[in-house]
Amino acid sequence: MLTDDWAIDVKGLRKHFGNTPAVQELDLQVRRGSVFGLLGPNGAGKTTTVRMLATLLQPDAGHARVLGLDLLKDSQAIRQRISLTGQFASVDEDLSGRENLRLLARLLGFKGDAGRTRTDTLLASFDLLDAADKEVKHYSGGMRRRLDIAASLIVPPELLFLDEPTTGLDPRSRNQVWDIVRALAEAGTTVLLTTQYLEEADQLAERIAVIDHGRVIAEGTSSELKQTVGSGILRVRLADASQRPAAGEWLSQQLQASVSFDTEPASLSVPCADTALASQMLQGLTDQGFVLASFGLGQPSLDEVFLALTGQPSEAETTEDLSA
Amino acid sequence: MSESLNQNTIDAPNSPIQPDLHRLMQQSAPPLPGTLSNLSTFAWRALLKIKHVPEQLFDVLITPIMFTVMFTFLFGGALAGSPQEYLVFLLPGILAQTVVFTTIYTGVTLNTDISKGIYDRFKSMPIWRASPLVGAMAGDVIRYTGSSVIVFAIGLLLGYRPEGGVFSVVLAIVLLNLFAFGSGWVFTTLGLLLRTPGAVMTLSWAVLMPVTFASNIFVDPATMPDWLQAAIGVNPVAHLVTALRDILAGQPSWSGIALSLLAPAVLTAIFGPLTMVLYQRQR
Repeated sequence: MLTDDWAIDVKGLRKHFGNTPAVQELDLQVRRGSVFGLLGPNGAGKTTTVRMLATLLQPDAGHARVLGLDLLKDSQAIRQRISLTGQFASVDEDLSGRENLRLLARLLGFKGDAGRTRTDTLLASFDLLDAADKEVKHYSGGMRRRLDIAASLIVPPELLFLDEPTTGLDPRSRNQVWDIVRALAEAGTTVLLTTQYLEEADQLAERIAVIDHGRVIAEGTSSELKQTVGSGILRVRLADASQRPAAGEWLSQQLQASVSFDTEPASLSVPCADTALASQMLQGLTDQGFVLASFGLGQPSLDEVFLALTGQPSEAETTEDLSA
Repeated sequence: MSESLNQNTIDAPNSPIQPDLHRLMQQSAPPLPGTLSNLSTFAWRALLKIKHVPEQLFDVLITPIMFTVMFTFLFGGALAGSPQEYLVFLLPGILAQTVVFTTIYTGVTLNTDISKGIYDRFKSMPIWRASPLVGAMAGDVIRYTGSSVIVFAIGLLLGYRPEGGVFSVVLAIVLLNLFAFGSGWVFTTLGLLLRTPGAVMTLSWAVLMPVTFASNIFVDPATMPDWLQAAIGVNPVAHLVTALRDILAGQPSWSGIALSLLAPAVLTAIFGPLTMVLYQRQR
């Protein structure tokens, strides 16, 4: 097998925590220089996978090569060429932003002035100069994330792991992180990012692997995935909740797709490829005597992706939280 | 959460982030520094922590003052005729007790620290894996030395004059540091094994209470029952206290010093590797 084209080449990766399987038989191939998205709900095994690939956790079984190096035998060499931005900010809250970067720069061999220069360049690039001498615990979520990413670039890595880089961020900060990931991709860095949001994977990743229960259940480009899932989701809220089963049945017959009922008692959603079809369906519903309170056509949510791929909604499990 | 409501929270101006990453990514990696350099960086981190969270030194400052003053006047008259005379006997013991108690904070601090995400980063970096731990312990030298100096200062104020002079004081502090560094691994192990800092604290006290109080710190064991004397005979803290008394009296016994370092050496041999295994297996 030619492994050198792959930044990550993984076969049959497994990890158990006690009796709980976190990752089972995971296969993954990430092309060098690409942004790859690992999409899945909480507890799917995303973080465990990243922690294994970043040499923090030893797999129980499987073969893995990272940047052409054996994950178990060459872990020290791998560490010289990767960076990890963990799910929980991998920076020291008690220290200032500048001290965080200086500390890490020193550990990576930047001495004296070299460390100072590199730190200042990074702070300036990520718009953190003004807050450089404040303790990180006073930073906003977005600033913390930017510092975290800056810390991962002290020595530019060939492969960067970003574990849920935008979870908990406000939309503006999220867009900033997206800009950074795009800029990194342009500069040729391979990025493996995990996310719970289809939109994020869609925006950033060249290829996406959907993972559930520690397995890859679908893999492909964003458009390939959408062909499986349906590019759009029609959401309808009825005026009368009691009409929902009948409306669902009618839609399901018309579109030959499975309808999901939301927690809100009068709402339902169904995959629907384009706007023309959607308006046809809305008209049809009205003609059938269903009164619509509101409707919308949007991107499928993670739940809907899972519904389409597995036939059942994602179960948010706690295993990852416990092990994380 | 309350974090986001914090009034101190500052935020960047509403500007798009367009980092010039091409230039940023041109940086080549400098040669990796040696382990000693990394250890000193982690010791520097410990200092920065003290700078930003000075409250953590509170115990280190208050405990030695309290112990020295309290026990000198509590027992001094009864046991030795006067506090000043008792101080000659007590001070080396109080030194040992203070520094041994301070080692608890190594475990408590580690327990708090390790749950933070920064350890994930340390573990994914090309550095000797143990260096965050060993470096932090090296930083603890500040605490040990600090509390020793305070005990000596209080002693001087109360009229204590070490017969061995300045040299003996320096030697005593070095011995205390070696003892504390070696025993500290017990507490790093506890720090990694237990879930909360509170649990680490409680269990550490449970270990340290008997070995410090059932010792020769406060009184000469000659009046104690045989079984207790036997226990004190193998108590590492008692060996440390004896070695310190000899040093400060100006008659350092090298075999006594070696004996006092035996326990820390054994503890390091057992709990050092154990700490490393637990650290690797963390999460």
